[in-house]
Amino acid sequence: MLAIQGLTKIFPAPAGEVVALRDIRLEIGPGRLVTFIGPSGCGKSTLLKIAAGLDASYEGSITLDGRPIEGPSVEKGVIFQEPRLFPWWTVEKNIAANASLRDAAVRRRVGELIELVRLKGFEKAYPSELSGGMAQRVAIARALLRRPKVLLLDEPFGALDAFTRAHMQEVLLDIWQADRTTMLFVTHDLDEAVFLGQQVVIMNPRPGHIRRVVSVDLPYPRQRTGAPFQEIRGVVLREFEKVEEAPVPDPGAGI
Amino acid sequence: MLEPSRTKAALLNALVGLLLPLSILAAWQAAAWGGWLNEVLLPPPSAIAEEFAAMSRSGELPLNLGISAWRALLGFVLGGGLGLAAGLWVGFSWRAERLVDPTLQMLRMLPHLAVAPLFILWFGFGEASKILLIAKGAFFPLYVNAFLGVRSVDRQLFDVARVLQFTRSQTLRHLILPAALPSILLGVRLSLGVSWLGLVVAELMGSSDGLGYILNDARSFSLTSVIFVGILVFAAAGKLTDSIVKLLERRLLRWQTTLKGVE
Ligand SMILES: Nc1ncnc2c1ncn2[C@@H]1O[C@H](COP(=O)(O)OP(=O)(O)OP(=O)(O)O)[C@@H](O)[C@H]1O
Ligand SMILES: [Mg+2]
Repeated sequence: MLAIQGLTKIFPAPAGEVVALRDIRLEIGPGRLVTFIGPSGCGKSTLLKIAAGLDASYEGSITLDGRPIEGPSVEKGVIFQEPRLFPWWTVEKNIAANASLRDAAVRRRVGELIELVRLKGFEKAYPSELSGGMAQRVAIARALLRRPKVLLLDEPFGALDAFTRAHMQEVLLDIWQADRTTMLFVTHDLDEAVFLGQQVVIMNPRPGHIRRVVSVDLPYPRQRTGAPFQEIRGVVLREFEKVEEAPVPDPGAGI
Repeated sequence: MLEPSRTKAALLNALVGLLLPLSILAAWQAAAWGGWLNEVLLPPPSAIAEEFAAMSRSGELPLNLGISAWRALLGFVLGGGLGLAAGLWVGFSWRAERLVDPTLQMLRMLPHLAVAPLFILWFGFGEASKILLIAKGAFFPLYVNAFLGVRSVDRQLFDVARVLQFTRSQTLRHLILPAALPSILLGVRLSLGVSWLGLVVAELMGSSDGLGYILNDARSFSLTSVIFVGILVFAAAGKLTDSIVKLLERRLLRWQTTLKGVE
């Protein structure tokens, strides 16, 4: 269980301070898949960074299974917008990273993951020989090898074309259904948010806070064209439009 | 693997590259036969070749080349090793950078010929002063490039290393060193070059063996063909060491060459 209470994050800035997050309150049970959506600058990345332990200066509390999050660890897998692979390592070595491939158990698990992310045949390829989608799948496998309690994904498919993205969403759902890892998935794509999430968290900027949480009670795999999907999509969209229309106090500020 | 057509193309390239030097040699030799050259100042290629054969047969050339190569190697290992260590250290720590970098940059500008007399005074005419002089030259290219290499590591990969819980030594071995390796190897090539160059200066000032000594000795007796042999051997040895490092580079940076290796 990931529990966030009264989480506030303030960035000091020359022209006053930026309140990136104010009073975030959220509980995410084990095995849940929650998507986050909101306009640029509403603090989505900031929230994930704090949950990952990469940013330790905040107010409020954030705990994983009752223990406060102190620093990054393999318990909290992170997938960044870019794959961030080590260019001097092959695919299988990138997945293993600081776990030794000479260990038979590691080798077997790496093999399983390569199959899970559909990269069989590319074990010995270098990152420079992969497409963007393939590289991102390596990054996902690298995080999964550590059996994280929670996987934090920050717009992981943002840079991919529509076909690759749809394919990657299916891969991700496969993984989630196989492993039931808790996932926090940030996106700016409405369809993606509704297609993947059991819940969609809609965020508002200035200061960043949660506007509404919409439950998506549809079985997987979801039909994007079906009426129930479109109905929930509409609910989120209307909420999202309200967010966009929300009055901006000072349009010139914050640059 | 090279395909036959590419081997052929490589051969053709080599031939094209040889065209200019070969025609110069031919013109040179022809001019000598025509009696237009002062053979004391500019001996013909045939005389240089004969000298080379004679010096090789007598064992004079291999012996002195060996002595010189050994000095260059020792100086390179000492100076380059220290330069690498210092560059990595200063690259890691901004404290170290503030502390030692300004001083090192000042020392870097000192020419060999300026410090050579001091080295001789301090360490005598023996091996020590020669090797230290070569080491002084070899230090800086590796220092500067190792430093730059460490500073060029992708910051985003540091976050990945933290999330994967790399230990300090893993961060060094798996992230910083490989990322800095292209720069370090460039530093190795430059340092090796500087070692060969420093060798001549070191051996020109009072020594009784080595290639530099042969050159100096030949100069006092106006044996121009010997000087030419010495110069050619220097050039060949320098090129050979450079090629070895380049080969090493290609092996170690395979992940990078695949990036460029498409065409
Ligand atoms: N390192 C930083 N220093 C100062 N301000 C920052 C820093 N990082 C983020 N901010 C500010 O915090 C706010 C939230 O940023 P964040 O990156 O979390 O937004 P986001 O929701 O991820 O946006 P996007 O959809 O564009 O990725 C922004 O106003 C931003 O200017
Ligand atoms: Mg972001």
